[in-house]
Amino acid sequence: MSALQLNRVSKVYGKGATEVRALLEVDLIVEPGELVAVMGPSGSGKSTLLTLAGSLEEPTTGEVSVGDVPLARLSRNERAALRRRAIGYVFQDFNLLAGLTAAENVSLPLELDGVALRSARSAAIAALERLGMAARANRFPDELSGGERQRVAIARAVVGDRHLLLADEPSGALDSVNGEAVMRLVRETCQNGVAGVVVTHDAQLAAWADRVVFLRDGRVVDQTAPADGPESLLDADRVR
Amino acid sequence: MSVRHALLALLSEGPKYGLQLRHEFEQRTGEVWPLNVGQVYTTLQRLERDGFIESDGDEDVSPQKSFRITTEGAAELDTWLRTPPDLSSPPRDELVIKVLVAIRVPGIDIRDVIQTHRRHVVELMQEWTRVKRDAGTDEISLALVVDAELFRLDAVIRWLDAADARLRRVPRSAPAPRPEPSRARAAEARR
Repeated sequence: MSALQLNRVSKVYGKGATEVRALLEVDLIVEPGELVAVMGPSGSGKSTLLTLAGSLEEPTTGEVSVGDVPLARLSRNERAALRRRAIGYVFQDFNLLAGLTAAENVSLPLELDGVALRSARSAAIAALERLGMAARANRFPDELSGGERQRVAIARAVVGDRHLLLADEPSGALDSVNGEAVMRLVRETCQNGVAGVVVTHDAQLAAWADRVVFLRDGRVVDQTAPADGPESLLDADRVR
Repeated sequence: MSVRHALLALLSEGPKYGLQLRHEFEQRTGEVWPLNVGQVYTTLQRLERDGFIESDGDEDVSPQKSFRITTEGAAELDTWLRTPPDLSSPPRDELVIKVLVAIRVPGIDIRDVIQTHRRHVVELMQEWTRVKRDAGTDEISLALVVDAELFRLDAVIRWLDAADARLRRVPRSAPAPRPEPSRARAAEARR
C-alpha cells in the first residue's frame, strides 16, 4: 500500500490567454515511512502539488490516491473526513490559533472530528510529549519561541492516527539550527511509519529526505538516487 | 588544514604524548581528517626545531616522549587563529567553468547540465545529512565539520539556481554575452 500516489496529475488554472499550467502529468508514489522532498524554483508547481496531495484542490486531469483510496471516488464529506483524520499539514507560518493553548491547538483537529474532549486532549499531550513540548502544553502561541511554535504545529499535524504529513517550507523563518531541529522531528515522525512530503527551495532541508524530486515548470524532471550509506563519505579517498 | 597549528592547539591544554596527540586530533576534527603517526612526529620535530614546543629531553622520538608548548608557540598559535585565511581570490571552480563552457556548445541543453550537477550536489548533501543525523548530540566537532560541508554545497546549489534563473531570461537563440569587458572592469576595480 502506498501512502500517497499521484498518477499523471495535471492542474490548470484559468482559460485561454490567462491559462496557467501549474502541474503537468506528474507521477509520484510515497511509501509509508518514506520522506520525500520536492524542490524547485518559485512557480515550479511545488505548492500546487501539495494542495492536490492534501485534497485541498482537485486535479484537472489524473488521479490522486491517499492510502490507496482514489480521492475522486470520495464525496465532499468523505474527503473532509480524510483530511481531518489521515493528513497532517505543516505550514511555513505555523498557523496556530492565538486564542488557544498549545494543547488545545493540537487537540482541535480531533475534536472537530468528533473525538471526545478527554481522549482528544490526552492524544494532544502525547503528541506534544513526543516533540519535547509537554511542559509547555498550557502556554499560548505568543508565549512560545519560533522553534517551539513549530513543534506545536508538527504535533498538531501528527496527532491521532495520521499517516500522511505534508509540509510547505516547514522551517519557515527559523534559523538554520532550529530549521534542522524541525527536519529531525519530521524525519523521526516518518520513521514511525508516517509518509512525509516536504516542499522547499532550501537544499539543506531537502537533504533530510530519503528522496528528492525536482520540479521544473510543473513537471518532475529528475530525482536523487537511493542512498549509498554515510560510510562512503568518510572513506580515506574522499577526504580532501 | 594546518596540522602544525592543530597540534599547538592541543598542546595549549597541557603536555601530551605523540600518540595521544594523534588520537585527540582525529577526535577534534570529527574523525574526518585521518592522520598517520609519521606525520605527527615529523610535525612535532619541526615545531621543536622552531622553538614552539619543548620535549622532556629524550633525544629519540618515542611514544613515551612528552611535549609541551612554549611561550613562542602560544604566541604563534594566537597569531594563526586570528589571521584570516586567503578568501580574496576566487578558486578556479570547475563547476563554474563547465557551465560557462556548456553555454557555448551547440546542441547542449544548459538547463539539463545544471540539473545534473544540482542532483549530484543534493545527493552529496543527503549523505552528509545522514552523517549528522547518525552522530551523537555530543559530537560537536563532527557536526561543525558536516555543517561546513553542507553550507559549502548549499552555496553551490544557490549558484546553480541563480545561473538557471539568469539563463532562463536569455533567449535561447541569442549567443551568450561575451564576459571579457566586465571581467576586465572587475580586474581594474580590484587594482
